Amino acid sequence: MGTRVGIIGVGQTHHASKRLDCSGVELIAEAVTRALDDAELSIDDIDAFIIGNMDHFENINYVDMWATDGLGSFMKPVLKVTTGGTTGTTVAASAFYHVASGLFDVVMGVGWEKNSESDTQAAITTCSNPILERDAFAGAIGPLASEYSMYMKTYGATEEDAAIVAARDRNNALLNPYAHNRMKVTVQDVMNSPMLSYPIKLLDMCPRSDGSCAVIFASERAAKKLCPRPAWVHASVVRQDYTHFGDLEWEYMPTLERASAEAYKIAGITKPFREIDVAELYLPSSVTGVKWMDSLWLCERGGAPKLIRSGATHLDGEFPVNPSGGVIATNPIGATALIRVGEAAWQIMGRAVGRQIPNAKKALATGFGGCSWSSVMILGADLP
Amino acid sequence: MPFGTGENSSIEKQSEVRELGDWKDEVEEIVFPGKISVPYSWTVGSTLSKWYAQIRDDAEIWANKCAECGMVFVPPKIKCINCYRDMNEWVKLPGTGTVETFTVVSYYEPKIHPRKPPFVYAVIKMDGADTGLVHFIGGVKPEKVKVGMRVEPVFEKERQGNILDIRHFRPIA
Repeated sequence: MGTRVGIIGVGQTHHASKRLDCSGVELIAEAVTRALDDAELSIDDIDAFIIGNMDHFENINYVDMWATDGLGSFMKPVLKVTTGGTTGTTVAASAFYHVASGLFDVVMGVGWEKNSESDTQAAITTCSNPILERDAFAGAIGPLASEYSMYMKTYGATEEDAAIVAARDRNNALLNPYAHNRMKVTVQDVMNSPMLSYPIKLLDMCPRSDGSCAVIFASERAAKKLCPRPAWVHASVVRQDYTHFGDLEWEYMPTLERASAEAYKIAGITKPFREIDVAELYLPSSVTGVKWMDSLWLCERGGAPKLIRSGATHLDGEFPVNPSGGVIATNPIGATALIRVGEAAWQIMGRAVGRQIPNAKKALATGFGGCSWSSVMILGADLP
Repeated sequence: MPFGTGENSSIEKQSEVRELGDWKDEVEEIVFPGKISVPYSWTVGSTLSKWYAQIRDDAEIWANKCAECGMVFVPPKIKCINCYRDMNEWVKLPGTGTVETFTVVSYYEPKIHPRKPPFVYAVIKMDGADTGLVHFIGGVKPEKVKVGMRVEPVFEKERQGNILDIRHFRPIA
């Protein structure tokens, strides 16, 4: 085990479908400035930067150079990571590793995407294996839809179960001033929205957003000095499994099951449903908000529909999920998973204004990248 | 510090000092269109070249098998995902399979979708193999496709040595 690490500041942009007032670099500057303000630090306090986006989405390579004046990283170490949907949690994990190693005291993680600058569906499809799967299984929606078809068949989950999740997250987004899509919707609105790829409908699916997020990680010594209530990192675990789409398990989510089991073990959590106060989960579509509850060990396999229908994952439930509105409200891809970590940290720090879960002491954040990578981070108010 | 408030700024000497937000409200938002479109080509590699040549020349779907754990993979693997062993044992599959899961794609993305909607993507568990193959289901109305449906491949007449040499899988009558 390395040095203990705490999150001491979070900043994010106001996310939108198109931020024409901002270049990508200005978007980064907005998040970085807000994170520094949140932590009451200056850029001089930052020892190193971990940054991430999907550079082929904007077709700007060497973003680590291009982003310099937005980051404030001039003459400092910068490491860039790119891992699809999990980019933001890879940024968080890498910043955590940097500080935990004892080599750096204060490290800022920054994720961003300016999805309005390209054709996101086409860019996402370039993530698929060009020789085998790009033609026969293209797009972001098909694989997620296929996952849920199988789950419905095996466990009797319904399209309405997914619609409950969609309505929950979209209505939560009304409480979050930073969220991109802020709309009051009913389960019926979701059911009535146009079918994209059976069983996924328009309101079940995430948008593409312009946005950025910055999170500041500090060593135990620095965190105690700089922050009255840091969000301590209790566990950070990553699992990846992709070989071919056809090899994957579709009835559950093996990488999330394994990553969360390991994270709970490290964090000393034996009953996650009871012990975790709030979760910010990377749910690219509401259908995963049903199926993946099983894989987070919140119920037995196939138990998710009942859990969702019970209301336990709503804001006033025993296991509130995505008070921020989650990914189906806001999705600047390279920032999306880091926003999960940042929102979870704010819950612990008591700074999730308008969407604060009272007395949140343990928070779960996840990242997902197709197909099918999972990152899990557990944060706590108490020292690990 | 807001722009234009430095000691040597001539703006400061004027009666109206403009704050950051003010000038931003009046900026014309300029957008540059990109011009570069990079063409790529991908080396298929020995394992999948062999697989595609068998589809193209003989209309046959083959798998490969790990000598250590016995798992049979289609599409074939370069190394066993469990054992990291070389994969030297090739197995001819009957070509038939079972629909493991599917989706009916209703939205249109002409740049990325090789078919016009509605069309069906499926994961097909191939007989004689331990893994699934992703492909289209055709020759049947999308609303009739079911998990568990038995299917067989329909090959194109003119084949190029790629995944679309299999036109789709259709229900076995």
